[in-house]
Amino acid sequence: MTDTARMSRVLSNLQLSRDFFLMRVAEPNEAKMGQFYMLRSWGMYPLLSRPLSVYDADPETLTFLYKVVGQGTKLFSGLRAGDSVATGRALGNTFPVVTGRVALVGGGVGIAPLYLTAKTLKKMDASTRLDLYLGFSDEAVLCGEFEKVGDRVVTDVGGFITDRISPEDYDWVLTCGPEAMMRALYGKCEKAGTKLYVSMERRMACGFGVCLACGCDTSRGRKKVCVDGPVFPAEEVFI
Amino acid sequence: MRGGAVDLSVDFAGIKMKNPVVLASGTCGFGRELAERFDVEKLGGLASKGLTLKARDGNSGVRIWETPSGIMNSIGLENPGVKGFIEKELDWFGSLNTARIVNLGGHCLDDYLEGVSLLNDLDFDILELNISCPNVKQGGMNFGVKTEVAREVVRRVRGVCRHRLSVKLSPNAEDIVELARACEEEGADGLSLTNTFLAMAVDIYRRRPVFENTYAGLSGPAIKPISLRMVHQVARGVSIPVMGIGGISTWQDAVEFIMAGATAVQIGTATFIKPDVALDVIEGTAAFMKEERIESLEEIRGSI
Repeated sequence: MTDTARMSRVLSNLQLSRDFFLMRVAEPNEAKMGQFYMLRSWGMYPLLSRPLSVYDADPETLTFLYKVVGQGTKLFSGLRAGDSVATGRALGNTFPVVTGRVALVGGGVGIAPLYLTAKTLKKMDASTRLDLYLGFSDEAVLCGEFEKVGDRVVTDVGGFITDRISPEDYDWVLTCGPEAMMRALYGKCEKAGTKLYVSMERRMACGFGVCLACGCDTSRGRKKVCVDGPVFPAEEVFI
Repeated sequence: MRGGAVDLSVDFAGIKMKNPVVLASGTCGFGRELAERFDVEKLGGLASKGLTLKARDGNSGVRIWETPSGIMNSIGLENPGVKGFIEKELDWFGSLNTARIVNLGGHCLDDYLEGVSLLNDLDFDILELNISCPNVKQGGMNFGVKTEVAREVVRRVRGVCRHRLSVKLSPNAEDIVELARACEEEGADGLSLTNTFLAMAVDIYRRRPVFENTYAGLSGPAIKPISLRMVHQVARGVSIPVMGIGGISTWQDAVEFIMAGATAVQIGTATFIKPDVALDVIEGTAAFMKEERIESLEEIRGSI
């Protein structure tokens, strides 16, 4: 048995809103905050597996929050408890371990990696003040869950979540979401002198560093989002 | 597996390979990432990322696009350059116990010649000359389309190249059999075909091409029947060995290419989906040989 041949059993696959789903699978893992998996629940076609962020993980299960945007995620949305999905192994780097005053800012399905991140940071240092800012275009999801792992949860539906945060209140800001949102946040963080880490998204074919499809320009040259990222210091990618 | 051992080994232009399964250039880096996932020395060979004389960052914009049964890519030969390869990758790549194939591309004849001379004294098995990358603009000149242009490049490279030389052909050639014969006449030791097919996708909402370069290279199962036909035609038209490439994803695909005349095969896109798919192809081919009582691939090569 090999990486991609390993099948995990779907434990649940809940529809949270019109196009957001939360899928939990049985899979022994050591996934860390900010990492992703290349998943597929079909045979040969569509050809490519789909990268999904880890929303939550314990040693025996993985939970993925995903949005139906195309053929692959549409197929995921049809999975039911007991079905199989190929997961492989955790990919990519992780959000940095930070303490003090921390804000996590997510836009749309970009909120996905922030749950495990919040949980991990709180577990590592209970004194960390951890605020979550979650932006949605039409319907908020999982706010109750995020309240369990953060000190404060600010949500915005239909507006700009970046308008709701004052970076000067924080030592660190970690974000995942549309690039325009993350770029706007970087502008604010730079002014406030607050360090920002961003989780970048690119189309990927392999997810493990050989196809070079997910190239991202950084101040340290062209990097691969799949293995050098997805998390980068904002000042390296927004140049 | 049942029965006695089968002999999967092949001879490609004097290079003895343990089996006919090679990883295609641009789909396996220099083997490092894959070596973390399986024993790459079980492969018949490994073709390096396409090198150019100078390092390249590759193309910007969308670099990959899925199609029914395939993918289009516009990576644009992102690579560390010949010197970067020698400094950073050669110790690793050169030490691999598998056929080591270095793929070299170029934008002009001088680049090819300088690249070849830098590589000439290094220890690897085959220089695979890429005259066919569709994703790099070189002032309108594409070395892999016109027979006489290809002939000139191969003649000049052959004049300086000390390694076994395999020319990687473009399916976009005007006449691929004629072009293949020209390569043979100019002293190529082998041929690799095909590269990706020039293709296009349109973003209908933005009303413009998906790719910044407008066109991109199509690979994957979608191209397999066409590449297979070209390998069949070329293998019948030349007497040097051919490595068949194009959408090979299963052992059955590999056997098809061998029956069509290929001495070895290269796996590309399928590795993105299953990193160790090449091992499945090797094992499946061996099992097929046992079942069909084939002692050597010679027995079925070019049998159709």
